[in-house]
Amino acid sequence: MAFYLKHQMPPLLVARNQPPVSIRITNQNKISRYFIGRQKRNYSAAGLQPVSCYGGRHVVTLIPGEGVGEEMANHVEKIFDKLNIPVDFEKVELTSSSTEEELQNAVMAVQRNRVALKGNIATAVNDPRLSLNVRLRQNLGLFANIVHGKSIPGIPTKHVGVDIIVIRENTEGEYSLLEHENIPGVVESLKVITREKSYQIAKFAFLYAKKNGRRKVTAVHKANIMKLGDGLFLECCQEVALGFPEIEFNSMIVDNTAMQLVANPQQFDVMVMPNLYGNIVNNIVAGLIGGAGLVPGVNLGQHCALYEVGTRGSAVHEAHESADQANPTAYILASALMIKHLGLDTDGTLLRAATQSVLSDHRIQTRDIGGSASTSQVVDAIVSVAWNTQQILRNESKQNKPQTLF
Amino acid sequence: YLDTVCLNMVNDPTQFDVLVMPNLYGDILSDLCAGLIGGLGVTPSGNIGTKSAIFESVHGSAPDIAGQDKANPTALLLSAVMMLRHMKFFDKAALIEKAVFSVIAENKILTGDLGGTSKCSEYTDEICRKLN
Repeated sequence: MAFYLKHQMPPLLVARNQPPVSIRITNQNKISRYFIGRQKRNYSAAGLQPVSCYGGRHVVTLIPGEGVGEEMANHVEKIFDKLNIPVDFEKVELTSSSTEEELQNAVMAVQRNRVALKGNIATAVNDPRLSLNVRLRQNLGLFANIVHGKSIPGIPTKHVGVDIIVIRENTEGEYSLLEHENIPGVVESLKVITREKSYQIAKFAFLYAKKNGRRKVTAVHKANIMKLGDGLFLECCQEVALGFPEIEFNSMIVDNTAMQLVANPQQFDVMVMPNLYGNIVNNIVAGLIGGAGLVPGVNLGQHCALYEVGTRGSAVHEAHESADQANPTAYILASALMIKHLGLDTDGTLLRAATQSVLSDHRIQTRDIGGSASTSQVVDAIVSVAWNTQQILRNESKQNKPQTLF
Repeated sequence: YLDTVCLNMVNDPTQFDVLVMPNLYGDILSDLCAGLIGGLGVTPSGNIGTKSAIFESVHGSAPDIAGQDKANPTALLLSAVMMLRHMKFFDKAALIEKAVFSVIAENKILTGDLGGTSKCSEYTDEICRKLN
C-alpha cells in the first residue's frame, strides 16, 4: 500500500474490531443464532463521518423509484418507526418521466445527506433518453458496486456454503452510454475502459478484501477477445495484486466464470470485474442464493453511499399481478447495511438478524422462495422479532447496571 | 433482459426453450447453460451459415489425457447428431441420441469425467451395442 496516500483512500466498509457481546438465545423468541450485538457506535466509512446527523438523528435520502419501490419504502419507514431507529428520510421522487431538474435535485439531495436508499427506476427500451439509474450513479461518482451473496439457511438452493463478494466497476465500461449509427442499420457502441478507473476499482477490491479478512481476489474479464479494453483492466488488476502479496489473485474469463459459478461456486471469494460482467455475475450469484428478492447491494463513491437491492430491479420485482407479493428481504437488508454504515451498529445487526431469523427459523417466506406469506406478513414478523429482541437487550442492560449503594 | 435471464436460469432453467442473442451474451449464456447440464464434456454445438456449417465440441483439447483412451466422446458425438439433423437424417440422429442417453442413464459404463472408470473405447462399444 506504499503507493497509496491517505487522502486518496476510498471509503470502505471496515470490519469491526470490537469483541462481540454475547446474547443469551431464548427459544421462545427464536432469536437467530447469528445475532451478535455490539454496544458501541462507530463510523464504518474509513475517515468519513456521516454529515446529516442532528440531535442524534440521521437524515438519509430516500428515492422510492417505481413499481414495488414505493411499497418497499413504506415498509422500511414503518420498520424504522416501530423499532425507534434514529433515521429520518428525506423523500425524493424520481421516475422515468422526471425532468433534468428533478434528476439534479435528487443528486444534490444525496450529496447533501451522503447516504441514500433507493428503489429501481424503470428504463424503457424505446425511451431515447439515457437510463436515470446510470446517470445518477455517474453524477455521484459511485465507482464501486458491492453485492455480498451469502447462503441463507432455510432457503432451498442447489448450492450451500456460498459466500461471494462481487465488486463491480460502476461508472464506465459497457455502460458509457455512447452509441452512434453512421450508416442506417449499422450501430457502433463504445465500451470505454480507462486506466484510472480500472486502478481505482482494483485497489478498492484489494483493500476491501484485506480489511474484511478475505483470502482471494478473482478478476473476471474477456481479454482474449477484447485485448485492449479488458486487457487494460486485467493489467491494472495484476499490477495492484503485486502490492498485496498476502492475498491470492487469479483471473478467469467471463464465460468460464459463469460455468464455474453454477458448477462450483464455493471456489470464489472476492470477484472484481468491469460493468457488464458485474451485472451478469451479480444476477447469477443472486440466483444461487435463492432469488432477486434476497440480496442487497451498495454503491460506494468517494463521498456518498447508495443502498439498493443487489440485482437492481430485475423483472422479478416488477412482474406481480397483485400488490403485497414482492419479497421485501433485499430492501430491508439494504436498509440494515445502511444503518450500519451510519454507525448504528446494534440496530443494524438487530435488523439483519431478525430478517434472517424470520426467513430461516420461522420460515415466513414470500412466494418467490416457495412460501405463501404476503409482504406485510413478512414485515410484521420482522418487526415483532426485532422488537422482542430489543426489549430483551434493554432488560438485560438494566439488570447489568451496577447498583448504587446509597 | 439479460440479467433477468441469468437470474431465472440459475433457479429454473426449464422455463426457457429457445434463446436468441448477440455474440457476447451468447458466449456467456451458453457456458452458463453448459455448467447447468454437466459441463463442457457433454455439450454439443454447431455453427451454421448460409453456405456451410461446422459442428464442434466446445471443450478444450485436454493434452494431459490425449492418446490414453480416457476422453469422453459424448460432446463430439452429440455434435455429430446435430449435424445429422442438419442434413435431415432425423431418424438416424434420433437412434444415436437415444443410445447415448440410455448408456449415460444406466450409470454403469461411464468415462472418468462422469464419475465412472471405463475407457473411451468401452463406452463407445456399449453405445454400438445399444444401436444393434
